Parts: sequence; C-alpha cells; structure tokens
Amino acid sequence: MTTTTLLQYCLAGISIGGIYALIAIGYTMVYGILRLINFAHGDIFMMAAYFMIFAMVDFLIPWYISAVIVIISTILLGILIEKFAYSPLRSSPRMSIMISAIGVSFLLQNLATYLFSALPKQYPSIPLLNKTLTFGEVSTSVVTFITPIITIVALLILMAIIKKTKIGMAMRAVSKDFETAKLMGIEINTVISVTFIIGCFLAALGSMLYFTPRPSVFPLAGSLPGLKCFVAAVFGGIGSIPGAVLGGFLIGLSETFIKAAGYSEFSDVFTFVLLIAVLMFKPTGLFGENLAEKV
Amino acid sequence: MLEIKDLQVHYGGIHALRGISLNVEDGKIISLIGANGAGKSTTLKAIMSLIQKTSGSVVYDGKDITNEKTKDIVKSGVILTPEGRRVFPDLTVDENIALGAYTRKDKVEIAKDRKWVLELFPRLEERKWQPAGTLSGGEQQMLAVARSLMGRPKLLMMDEPSLGLAPLIVKDIFNIVKEINKAGVNVLLIEQNAKAALEISDYGYVMETGVVTISGTGKELLVNDQVRKAYLGE
Repeated sequence: MTTTTLLQYCLAGISIGGIYALIAIGYTMVYGILRLINFAHGDIFMMAAYFMIFAMVDFLIPWYISAVIVIISTILLGILIEKFAYSPLRSSPRMSIMISAIGVSFLLQNLATYLFSALPKQYPSIPLLNKTLTFGEVSTSVVTFITPIITIVALLILMAIIKKTKIGMAMRAVSKDFETAKLMGIEINTVISVTFIIGCFLAALGSMLYFTPRPSVFPLAGSLPGLKCFVAAVFGGIGSIPGAVLGGFLIGLSETFIKAAGYSEFSDVFTFVLLIAVLMFKPTGLFGENLAEKV
Repeated sequence: MLEIKDLQVHYGGIHALRGISLNVEDGKIISLIGANGAGKSTTLKAIMSLIQKTSGSVVYDGKDITNEKTKDIVKSGVILTPEGRRVFPDLTVDENIALGAYTRKDKVEIAKDRKWVLELFPRLEERKWQPAGTLSGGEQQMLAVARSLMGRPKLLMMDEPSLGLAPLIVKDIFNIVKEINKAGVNVLLIEQNAKAALEISDYGYVMETGVVTISGTGKELLVNDQVRKAYLGE
C-alpha cells in the first residue's frame, strides 16, 4: 500500500467514522437521560434521507433550504415519536419502553416501504459537497473532507452546551436523578425534548453527509448504520458523548481498513464481534460508568 | 400558610395516607414524627406533587396547590430537601447550589443568596469546585440544605436531615434549622430523631400508618406518655 492510498483510506475511514459518531451521540444522549436504547434512531436517520429526496427532487427546493427543512422535519419526527411512543410509558418498566422503541423502528421501516416503495430512490446530489478536492496526490470529495470537521465542531459545541449552559446542567441533573431534578423545579419533559432535538439534529446532519456520496436510499437503509452506531455508543461507554464519538471513529476506520484489505464481507462481522467482546469483557465501555439500576 | 385537609394517597398498591390534616403556621417550625412507613415522606412527596394524590386538598398561602405541577410549587416557594440528601454527585458543589435556583431569573438576588448560603456553610465555600459526590455525609447534607435555600423557600420541608450523621453534625444541622427559621422561613421537619426535632419545634404531629394520631406543641409532645414510650425510648 502506498502512502497516498493509505492517506486516502484514512480519510475515508475518519469520514465515515465521523458520521457514525454523529448518530452514536443520539443513542448515547437518549440513553443518558432516559436509560432507553432508542432503536428507532437509525430509522429516523433513514427518514431524514427521504425528507431530503422530497424537498429537493419532488419540490425542487435548493439544497441549502432543503437542508434546513430536513433538519426541522427530522426533529419534529423525533419529538412526535417521543411524545406518542415513549412519554406515555415513562413510569412503566424499562423493558416496555425498549419494546416500544423496537416497534417504532419497524413502524418507520414499513411506513417508508408503504409510502416510498421498497425500490431504492436516488439521493439528490448536493453540488457543493460532491466537488473534488486535491491535496498533492490525495484527492477526495468535499463531503469526505468536511465530515470529520463537522463532527468535531458538533462535539465541541455539544460539550459546551452540556458543561456551561443552564439546560446542560439540567440535563446532567436529570440523567442522575429524575425526582430530585424535579424538586429543583426542572421540567423533565423539556429536558427530554431537548435531548431528542439534539439527537435528531445530529441524525439529520449525519444523514445528509452519509447519503451524499452514496447512490440510493431504501427503507432499510438506516437499519445497519443504526446498529453500527449503537455498537459505537456501547464501545465508548453508553451515556458518554466523547465515548460515542471515539467509538464512531474507531468503527469507521477499522471498517474501512478491513474493506481495503480485501475482506469487505467481514467488515460488519468485525463490528458485531466488537459488540460481543465489549459486552463480555468491559460492559461499561471505554468511558462508561458503573451504573447501579436506577431506583 | 400551608393547610392540608384530609389528604389521601395510594402508593405502590397500598393506602399510604388515610386522610392527613395538618397546618403549618407562619414563622413556625413544625415537625412530623413517626416510625418508618408511617407515611411521613409520602406526605411531603404528595405535597410536592411528586406522587399523585387520591383526594384531599393542599392550600398554600390561600392558593389551592393540590394539582399544581412540581415546578410551579417550587416557584411559589415550597421546597423539599429530600431524604438521603440526594445531591447530584457528578456536579460540582457550585453547580448543585446553582441548580437550587433553577426556576429563578433574578441574577443579582441569586448571587446574593449564593453568598449567604456559603456564609452559612463555610465548608462548602472551601469545596466549591469539588464534585458533590466526594463530600462527606454531613457536608452533603449541608449542600442539600444550601441548595434548597437557593430556591428562596417560604416553606422549607426537610425529610430526615439528621439521617446517618454523627451526633455532633446532627446538632449543627438542627442549629441551622433554627437559624433558617429565624431568617423568616417556615420549616416542616420530618424526623426519626423525635427528641431533637420536638425540642426545636413549635408544634408537632405524630403519624402512624397513614394517619395523624397525636398532635400538640413541641413541649406537650415531649411530655406526652404515649409519645415518650413509642418515640423517645423512655
């Protein structure tokens, strides 16, 4: 392997890793607050792709306005799911809300099949993102190059929100102790909504970056990336945002290098073997904390 | 100022409160004593709307707050320091204190109150930047009280503030309660340490399995035969 191809692979790996990281943050944040693995998160990511097709192909809206529309509608979808499928189960056993999440996942997949058919639809091309950049001998598309930058910037902004703002402090309080947070006058539902808004915003962003260099979208397109991002979140220590980002990058890089080595068909195997290994040997992940069951 | 009438609560499949009526008058320290499971904590949680009331009413400052949201009850100045301190362990001492003023927007006044509570608990000033989980039990209790004071309570309800603390620290805590009361805050105190509680209380209620069985001034209860036998270990 020459240096140039090595660099090329590194860039590709970091780029897909960045997208995984963006989605993994959504998993980890919702878990941090609600102790819920939001299995529908990957399908929300898929729906965001269809929203983009709608806006740009069916309504011929320019891409930058479409992007805003996609973000807003993805957030609305997330809030709707929270209000109808999760919020009524707030005081039920944890398992009920988990099953509800799986149900929402199937619902979205089948809804997409019903509405848009199972045939792959072409993802609209965003000209600015598809341009080719050349650094010396390495050439890459703009989207590959900016994805990790966007991821890191998003991570830094998010950490600042959580560390410095009032709502961030409320989020940290709620993630530890619902009841006492309520006694501070914190509105739990507001905090949960904000969590879903952030998660869905990042999923919408990730969706645009993920599908732009790929040819098509189909109703199950969110399923496998969603699972991989879930593994990234578990690997980093579910509940930890930096952990999720690190996990995302790691999975993206290793997947790319396994493919580069000629074992494409094993790249997903690796991801799930990683999941099993983490759960067996270090269930709390890299940065996860040992949580006693919340009472 | 706080008037509870015939409060009933079903909680976890049991009839936890079977009609509680009590009054907290202005300027007073009121204590609620009783054995484990008598429904003391349930009473306070029900007042805060943390658990659902089956029937009865809670009137505070002439306003019916029976069905208000916890947030609005906190805003109106009724604040609960929960049992077991329940500080947020990962947040710093300073952040815990700041959370106590979550519903308030008056920045200048918040800064003043913050100064006041740090004077009241100098130990917390020294440990401002530490995560609250690293404090000792007594310090965590002080933090829990400081946090509650940041909400500018008109009525402070304290659930077992002396639980699990060394006798010397218990004395400190009770002195602080008196001091807070002198500063114009009404206090509703729940205690297993009945003697210490009754000694500083103007009025007390004794609860048994979801009902109030005896009530009277602190002094009356301290000499009441039944109370002495059952709760003062004499």
